[in-house]
Amino acid sequence: MKILVAVKRVVDYNVKVRVKADNSGVDLANVKMSMNPFCEIAVEEAVRLKEQGIATEVVVVTVGPSTAQEQLRTALALGADRAILVESAEDLTSLAVAKLLKAVVDKEQPLLVILGKQAIDSDNNQTGQMLAALSGYGQGTFASKVEISGDKVAVTREIDGGAQTVSLKLPAIVTTDLRLNEPRYASLPNIMKAKKKPLEVVTADALGVSTASTNTTLEVEAPAARSAGIKVKSVAELVEKLKNEAKVI
Amino acid sequence: MTILVIAEHDNKVLAPATLNTVAAAAKIGGDIHVLVAGQGAGAVAEAAAKVAGVSKVLSADNAAYAHQLPENVAPLVAELGKGYSHILAAATSNGKNILPRVAAQLDVDQISEIISVESADTFKRPIYAGNAIATVQSNAAVKVITVRATGFDPVAAEGGSAAVEAVAAAHDAGTSSFVGEELAKSDRPELTAAKIVVSGGRGMQNGDNFKHLYALADKLGAAVGASRAAVDAGFVPNDMQVGQTGKIVAPQLYIAVGISGAIQHLAGMKDSKVIVAINKDEEAPIFQVADYGLVADLFEAIPELEKLV
Repeated sequence: MKILVAVKRVVDYNVKVRVKADNSGVDLANVKMSMNPFCEIAVEEAVRLKEQGIATEVVVVTVGPSTAQEQLRTALALGADRAILVESAEDLTSLAVAKLLKAVVDKEQPLLVILGKQAIDSDNNQTGQMLAALSGYGQGTFASKVEISGDKVAVTREIDGGAQTVSLKLPAIVTTDLRLNEPRYASLPNIMKAKKKPLEVVTADALGVSTASTNTTLEVEAPAARSAGIKVKSVAELVEKLKNEAKVI
Repeated sequence: MTILVIAEHDNKVLAPATLNTVAAAAKIGGDIHVLVAGQGAGAVAEAAAKVAGVSKVLSADNAAYAHQLPENVAPLVAELGKGYSHILAAATSNGKNILPRVAAQLDVDQISEIISVESADTFKRPIYAGNAIATVQSNAAVKVITVRATGFDPVAAEGGSAAVEAVAAAHDAGTSSFVGEELAKSDRPELTAAKIVVSGGRGMQNGDNFKHLYALADKLGAAVGASRAAVDAGFVPNDMQVGQTGKIVAPQLYIAVGISGAIQHLAGMKDSKVIVAINKDEEAPIFQVADYGLVADLFEAIPELEKLV
């Protein structure tokens, strides 16, 4: 079966971002960018399914600026077979991205689409669910285990009180949680080989999808800073402060 | 303006997060209706009817909704939701699972995890692991929103007297089925609703050592949480994780034990009223957000703390 994996170029998870002085957004100039950590887990899962002989082809897709080709090359170095960049300079909402991905799904006809559960920049946690709605497929969100048998996929999901398993008819959409797997590192030979793998670029306009949004971001501000705390010298002093100063115990 | 709130429940009990979601709806203003989609969830509908500020409860009782499968519940919400100005759900694993599917079916953008209501169409929400706060305006005919429970004080669970109305609509997409679930059993308060949370990190060294935190938590009536490092190392189960990708808590008192304080962990707890850090590394970033910091070996400090509280 063919598996489609969606990845996103985001600010590296170790970077402490700063809000721009004019409150128009977050300053991303000269900041290290990487593949969203949940997308790495999605790529890893698809590659493992290929290694088990379940997947025949792994196609990786991203929606973003031309620089997002770097993240597609990373996915190719990790084991994806070919890549598609849907080029768009705009900052698109989850719904717009889901619509563009739907156009790619219609063209590629994968049996399984794997996405991360959320991107660490917008923290939306929407795209996979929206893609599932638009395509009419079942969804296995926040997956910690994925097992394919016949024309079904069993997905174990992380839920608030523990874990839940659902069975979905293929084709289906899966979004990854942290515990699904441990992504591998790309080896140098594989990075070199990835440069020769096919990477197709299409524009968002060419897919004939409206990316208009019903949301507008008016302002982005820094969160309120916490006032500086104090260091106590002993457990007794800590208990005394919690009882008499903070009055929380 | 009429607002539809999706009840969070397990077919037996109305989850507390619903009360925070109704509080957000009350800030928007207008009539508040609550949808209880489930199977044999009559007690939940009755509980929802008593919630302060709720004017009507819609009860969709059908086998297809028994496990809140999004493929079946989302079409129901989208169909009912067309007549509303806002659709709200708690940003729980259920709410996050279902609501984006509803938004896509209604062809509108969703606003995730709002922490405040500025006006009927403008909301604040954290982005970049809580390192920035975005003010977002929606011009959608139906505004689809998930609510971060810690951003809103819950409304009273009693005092309302709404009518319960049965909804006949049954949607069964037939694309998914429930297989089973494993729920963690705990006698301690629920993590996201606890007044005091005691969390352990990599510094706990192993799962067995968490017994020191459990003992302290039981003395304080607290819930026990964990950092990603502690979960990944297998010390405790996943549903105890506090952080950007785990649970978001904002208790009166958060005690971080053996937790360095990575950005992703802080995203889940930095709105706590009082933060205490106990760590032997005095350079640990957690001390930058802690109101009270104690540089000490946790294996000495925790038993002593348990004795003194």
